Formats: sequence, C-alpha cells, structure tokens
Amino acid sequence: MERVPILKIGDILIVSIQVDLEDQSVLTLQEDLAEAVVKHAARGVIIDISVVEIVDSFIGRMLATIAGMSRMLDAQTVVVGMRPAVAITLVELGLNLGGVRTALNLEKGIALLDHVRSAAR
Amino acid sequence: MSVDLPAGRRRIEQLLADHQDQLIKRWAQTAKASADELTEIYEALRSAIAGDDRDLTDVRGLLAELSRSRARRGFTPSDTARAVFGLKEAVYELVETDATPDTMRGFIWFSLLMDDLGLFTFETFATAREKIIIEQTEQLLELSTPVVAIWEGILAVPLVGTLDSARTQVVMEKLLQALVDTGAEHAVIDITGVPAVDTQVAQHLLKTIVAARLMGAECVISGIRPQIAHSIVTLGIEFGDIVTKATLADALAHALRRSGVLTTERKATRIAIRAEDA
Amino acid sequence: MTAAREMPIASNGDVVLVRQYVRGVAVEMGLSLVDQTKVVTAASELARNALVYAGGGAVRVETVENGRRRGVRLTFSDEGPGIPDVDRAMTDGWSSGTGLGLGLSGSRRLVDEFDLESAPGKGTVVTVTKWGR
Repeated sequence: MERVPILKIGDILIVSIQVDLEDQSVLTLQEDLAEAVVKHAARGVIIDISVVEIVDSFIGRMLATIAGMSRMLDAQTVVVGMRPAVAITLVELGLNLGGVRTALNLEKGIALLDHVRSAAR
Repeated sequence: MSVDLPAGRRRIEQLLADHQDQLIKRWAQTAKASADELTEIYEALRSAIAGDDRDLTDVRGLLAELSRSRARRGFTPSDTARAVFGLKEAVYELVETDATPDTMRGFIWFSLLMDDLGLFTFETFATAREKIIIEQTEQLLELSTPVVAIWEGILAVPLVGTLDSARTQVVMEKLLQALVDTGAEHAVIDITGVPAVDTQVAQHLLKTIVAARLMGAECVISGIRPQIAHSIVTLGIEFGDIVTKATLADALAHALRRSGVLTTERKATRIAIRAEDA
Repeated sequence: MTAAREMPIASNGDVVLVRQYVRGVAVEMGLSLVDQTKVVTAASELARNALVYAGGGAVRVETVENGRRRGVRLTFSDEGPGIPDVDRAMTDGWSSGTGLGLGLSGSRRLVDEFDLESAPGKGTVVTVTKWGR
C-alpha cells in the first residue's frame, strides 16, 4: 500500500498525490492528515492533484472530508492543480466537492491561503 | 453467378499480355489518366489474374491510391469509377474482333471482375472524401475558437457563429486547458456573435463554468442578447450564481475588479451626468 | 486490436489495476483525453460498486468498432445480492452503502451506452460503452 508523504512548510501542510491511490491509501491519508494538522497546529492544508488523472467519487469525498475536518481543526484546505479533463468528468459525475477551495496551481494555492487568513484576521 | 471457365480466362490473359501497349493507350484515353499510373495497375492486375490464388490485394492497393488522390484533387466519384471501367471498354474492343464463345465467356468473367474493382474504387473514394470532410470540420473548429489573453490573468473566448454541442465542447476544453497553461484565474466567455443557444449548448457552458471553478478559476458570460436571455429563461435553465454581463467591456471591468487590478467602484451615475452635459 | 480481457475485482488493488488497464485500452482506441478520463472514472465507480456491494466480481474489457468509430466496452458482473429496485438505484443520491450515491447514476452520465441487469439474489451485470468522437 502506498503512503502519501505530508510536507510541512511553516504552518502549511502540503500533500502532493503522485500515484494512482487505492481506496485504503486514501483513507490512510485522510487519517494521517488529521493527525498532522493537530500535531503541527497547521493553519492551512494544500492538496496538489496536478498529476492525478482521475478523481472518482471516493477521492472526491476524501477531498471534501479533509476540508471539513481541517475546518473543524481551524485550518483551511485548498485543492490545487485539478486537470481540465478531471474537472469536466467531476461535473458530469455530478460530484459536489462541498465548497472546497481550489486554485490553479501550488503557488496560487499558497497565495489563496494567505489571502483567506489575512481576511479572517 | 460464376462464369469462370479456364479457357475463357486464359484467352483474356493472353489478350492482356499480347496487346499491353495498345490496351493501356486506349485505357488512358477513356480514363483520363496518365499511362504510367495505369501501367502499374495493369501489371498488378495481370499478375493477379495469372496467379492461382487470384490475390487482388496489390490491385486494390493501387486502386485505393488512385481514388484517394482523385478525391483530393476534386474528381467526381463517377470519373474515378469510370477510370476503372475504361479498361473493360478497351478489352471489349479487342474481344469484338475475336468473338469466339471462349473469348466471350472470358470477357464476361473479366467484366465482373472489373465491376467489382470499380465498386471498390467508388467505396474508397467515398471514404477518402469523408475523411477530408472530417479533417476540414476539425480545422474549422480549431480556427473558429480562439482563446485570447486580454489582460494579465484574464482570458477571453469570443464565440462567433452557431454553437453546436460538439463545437461548444471543443471550445470549453480549450478554455480550461488555457487556464492551466497561462495560470489565468478569470475568463470571459463572450457570446455576442452567437445567434442562438439551445438547452444542450447552455448546459455545456454551465458545466464548463462549474469545471473552471473546480480548477480554481472564475468565468463570466458576456454578450447575452435579449433573444438569448429570453430563450434561456423560457427553457428554464438555471444560471445560479454565475455572473453574466451585457457586454464584453462590462465583463472585463468585472474581472479586473475581481482580480484586484481595478479598485475603484464605477459610479453608476457617471453616464447620466455626461448625457446631461452633452 | 487488443483482445478482450477478463479481470477479477477482489481487492482495492484490483480496482486500481482495472483503472490502469481501461486507460490503456481507451488510449489505444483513440479516445480524447476527456473521454478517457470519463470512461476510467466510470470503470473505477463500477469496479468499486462490485467490490463494496457484492464482495467482488469481474470485469470484461473489450474493444468495439462501429464503422469508423472505435470504443471501449466494459462488462462488470458480480454474484452479489443484486439490486431490488433498479430505477431507484439509478437516481442521484440513492445509496445503500457508504458511497455518495453517485456510482450508478454518475457512471451512466460518463458513458455513451449503459445497460444494467439485476434482480435480487441474481447478482448484477452492468455493461457500459464509450465511443471515440
């Protein structure tokens, strides 16, 4: 089973999904992230899916769950780098990511987190 | 029906061998093709007929080549099929002078063979034409759907002409890819030049905008003409919280404000004051 | 042309293998990137359905041809409890398991042809086809 590494930069956690994840790895990532948010007192989580070729309802639900969970732990989540084909497919599938914030790439994702946090201050 | 008498066949083989130059010359006249091109086909045909298994693959290959090149050069399909039938005519002229029953049987067999090849040419021609049409349609799609940057971080897609489902899909995919490539967070889809929008097209537009949001970009639709606004409302299509603007200029101003380039709010009364001045 | 292939769906890892194989076949059939993504996503949903609701099953991946068009056909079969009310199972949001209830209805929107046969106790067979443009 693949374990996705979680990187920490300042008070932001960055997860870059690089492989085709099986469902169990997705669930593990979800748990690992929740723990990491608490452990590092992170204020932001960025999930980079720029190399992910498909997002089905399972991964979609994971993204929504992580966002909801981090919100409860006082961290903001941004999903970055979703490919056009993936976005079109998600819309067709009828999947709602439950208001997860998104950005075109990692850089914009970090900028968005800064913006959201300065607005909240 | 099978008219395949060995004697007749041999007679035709003999004719084709003995009178090659004469036949090709006559064939070239009726077929309006170069003798070189025909010689190749002629020789392939001769060896195919002479062979025991009568394998026509080579002949078909050459004929397909001929029909394809003719399709591209704008010949009619009849012209192309006639090019094949031309050989039948040329052979017939020879057979006439030697009307033994064997030869006649042989000719009927040969004639059926040429009919088959003629039909094959016709089919290849039609396929080649279809391919050209598909290519042109694709080129047209590419041409008719530019995605342009109108400001740093703002893309515009001016749509002109009738939107069908296929075209809308192509444009929208192109737009989403352009968002990734340029990192632009705003896009304006301008439909000023679109005469009508049906339910399917409207759905595609909406889906694209939702997809763009999933990717982290915002789209504005501009240039909705009154008739289109009317038909969208009549069709019961929900635009939800998607921003629509009357003109491309309004949409650009909106995008500039949203991206933080323009910070001043436009005064709503400005135009009225100016109108009074004038 | 790739020959039809039967693949088992018995674990989460198998779902990943099905996705990857379907992607390969879709590329070979000349499907556009968006269409590839759609059919692979549908395959993922349906394979997971077979695993979650029927404890496993199998998928047959084959290529299809219709004149100039080429495509991919997937037949998912399981010997699970079956679906008592097929019409209801096809509605958005309906779910008997832990999913979001988009597995069947969502997959149908991602493909060109969708056929579902099921009865209680008889298992389920879902056949989907995606054509190139």
